[in-house]
Amino acid sequence: MSETKNFMYLNRRAPYGTVYAWESLEVVLIGAAFEQNVSLAFIGDGIYQLLKGQNTTELGIKNFSPTYNALGDYDVNKIYVEKESLDARGLTVADLLPLVYEDADEDYAEKDSIRVVTAAELAEIIDQQDVVLSF
Amino acid sequence: MGIEVNGKTYETDEEGYLANLSEWNPEVGSAMAKLDNCDLTESHWEVINFLREYYEEYQIAPAVRVLTKAIGKKLGPDKGNSKYLYELFPYGPGKQACKYAGLPKPTGCV
Repeated sequence: MSETKNFMYLNRRAPYGTVYAWESLEVVLIGAAFEQNVSLAFIGDGIYQLLKGQNTTELGIKNFSPTYNALGDYDVNKIYVEKESLDARGLTVADLLPLVYEDADEDYAEKDSIRVVTAAELAEIIDQQDVVLSF
Repeated sequence: MGIEVNGKTYETDEEGYLANLSEWNPEVGSAMAKLDNCDLTESHWEVINFLREYYEEYQIAPAVRVLTKAIGKKLGPDKGNSKYLYELFPYGPGKQACKYAGLPKPTGCV
């Protein structure tokens, strides 16, 4: 691949009712190997994918929420969360996984990956993408 | 398919990866390596144990690029490079070491 493109993965669904959330995460991790400019956005019930303290014991399926913590290692560090979706569910960023990455340009200082943006701001960010994949 | 160790048969997939990762023990890892004509040394185990810890924490086996960086951070730059890791695991550090560690094939393995 000769040029770097802006890829955005839009996550709209709750984590365990369907396979979309896990499939999206796998595609992100695989895609990260191609060194593209990757960002993730969480909208609507997709926000529940990032919720802290998930427990799937009763569901009998794997709790893959710890995998979001690996995104920083894969240089995926632009994770947008829509403010309106948080508000509608009575959640704040403190209810979400504390995702971080190490900034190679600043002596590997640990920085937050999650950025809360309004729907209007997110629309502008989506507008700048070359490829948008919706899950 | 399966692999027999000390009289017990462990189920594996068509590529030789352990079907049920909770059944893993070091003897199974060594037996898998023997099938590939590979004798596991202390240095091999360092990487295998690292992968198992990474999986425990993140629920995935890391891609080679991520593994190399993370090994370098934990065990030093003389080990965190692909030359060192490929010498230990010539079939690919992700693929081969994950197999002996009883983990699935790495996510993002290309």
